[in-house]
Amino acid sequence: MLEAKYYDVYKIREDFPILKRKVHGKPLIYFDNAATSQKPQRVIEAIYRYYKEYNANIHRGVHKLAEEATEAFEEARDKVAKFINARYREEVIFVRGTTEAINLVSRAWGDYNVKEGEKILITEMEHHSNIVPWFLLSDRKKSKVEFVKITDEGLLDIQDLNEKLDEKVKLVSLAHSSNVLGTINPVKEISKLSHEKNALFLVDGAQSVPHLKVDVQEIDCDFLAFSGHKMLGPTGIGVLYAKREILEKMEPFLGGGDMIKEVHKWGARWKELPWKYEAGTSNIAGAIGLGEAISYLLSIGMDKIREHEKDITSYTLKRMREIENVKIYGPEDANKKCGIVSFNLGDIHPHDLATLLDEEGIAVRAGHHCAQPLMERLNIPATTRASFYLYNTKEEVDVFIETLKKAQKIFLP
Amino acid sequence: MSDIYREIILDYYRHPRNQGKIENPDIVARDSNPLCGDDIEIQIKLSKDKKSIEDIKFNGKGCAISQASVSMLTEMVQGLSLEEVKGISKEDIFEALGNPDLGPTRVKCALLGLKVLKLGVYNYLGSKLDSEREGL
Repeated sequence: MLEAKYYDVYKIREDFPILKRKVHGKPLIYFDNAATSQKPQRVIEAIYRYYKEYNANIHRGVHKLAEEATEAFEEARDKVAKFINARYREEVIFVRGTTEAINLVSRAWGDYNVKEGEKILITEMEHHSNIVPWFLLSDRKKSKVEFVKITDEGLLDIQDLNEKLDEKVKLVSLAHSSNVLGTINPVKEISKLSHEKNALFLVDGAQSVPHLKVDVQEIDCDFLAFSGHKMLGPTGIGVLYAKREILEKMEPFLGGGDMIKEVHKWGARWKELPWKYEAGTSNIAGAIGLGEAISYLLSIGMDKIREHEKDITSYTLKRMREIENVKIYGPEDANKKCGIVSFNLGDIHPHDLATLLDEEGIAVRAGHHCAQPLMERLNIPATTRASFYLYNTKEEVDVFIETLKKAQKIFLP
Repeated sequence: MSDIYREIILDYYRHPRNQGKIENPDIVARDSNPLCGDDIEIQIKLSKDKKSIEDIKFNGKGCAISQASVSMLTEMVQGLSLEEVKGISKEDIFEALGNPDLGPTRVKCALLGLKVLKLGVYNYLGSKLDSEREGL
């Protein structure tokens, strides 16, 4: 066996029912994990069980089902808090996903703390979800957005960051790992640099929390945003972590039920943390599913998952070098990146390549990956992206490589 | 061999017919597909009576499907009257491509050329293309 190195990947694959399905008559090879991950049976069952056995609204009910649902929902919060090593459980706010988390910060913190002429510092490798909320803030507050450059290897240019990080910067906001290049950014170091200049630090953990051990106390970030569906959980649930002292000073994001302590004709008082930020009925099933996903990830171990993905990534990079005309974007050292390989094959349009791979049952993503400023920086319209997770195998990579070689014969004769 | 990328599509992709520009065109139209960045411009020179297509060229960038289908389209409409061009349907395009099993995403690539052509013609005739009704 090629891969009993860190865990038995074939045994893990048994936990994911979708991996048994065929696509165009071929076994599914799922390499689109940076877009969304597949779900293990026990996550699917946890959601099913909630609806089947104790579906009720949370927090206010005095009946048995409401108590059970509340307990399961709040237990999920405890699991998240422990998973990212938050100091307090109330630092974990449930939201729809990374995008909502960042928008929450831009509204509930940005609107009250960023003034005309002040700056939000982001990077050239950000996903649109960590760009557009800051543009919108600029429209409201006449603030500015500045982009830290990347090097030709696809790493963050720390020197440029240092130059741009002046006293006007109120927040540094960046991806822990790029969704296109895979680059893992030195967040601990950047956190320190930001705080030295009295700027807050937000980590977009959409591509890192599912794959790496992320410890908010070690990084010392002020905010961390991530999505449940990229880490084996369901869609529509995500997390904003923020330091308690910051959350306490911030204003609510959405107003409505469940986030208030009391409402009168003269006004309202907010609930305490974390519920002050969770207006309306939360995605209860989603939170329970995310909690189960975390339990599953921990049962395998984040360190082992990281090692497995590193192994698959370096094998892929090695085999791709066999193919002529392949251009890989981002670092070519698996130690410097998450399990993401973006590339172009000659001048074959990524959509043609993705269609051809699909005919062989291989799911990849092609396009600008919601990172158009990065595409402009790389001077390309699009890339094809293969992204891995704990259940991918080297045999799957072999089929992928063979299909790329076939594509080359078809399109580049 | 691939089901979608048949020889006919690849042939037009590798050797596009009617690619280029026209001097002093009567009709110029352009559109893009934001999903994949395909971007096509069509230029048309009309006959003396301004009723039919005398010459047509396309330029732009995109995938094999969009490039091949717009190239085929330009051959298809050479010499046709503008009224006849209005009657070309998406099924005509699929047939020219050999009716490959395109998914809903790639269908948009195949039809981008026809959309651009119709936008240009309708605009020239002073009417509006109902892209919803025509499925473009």
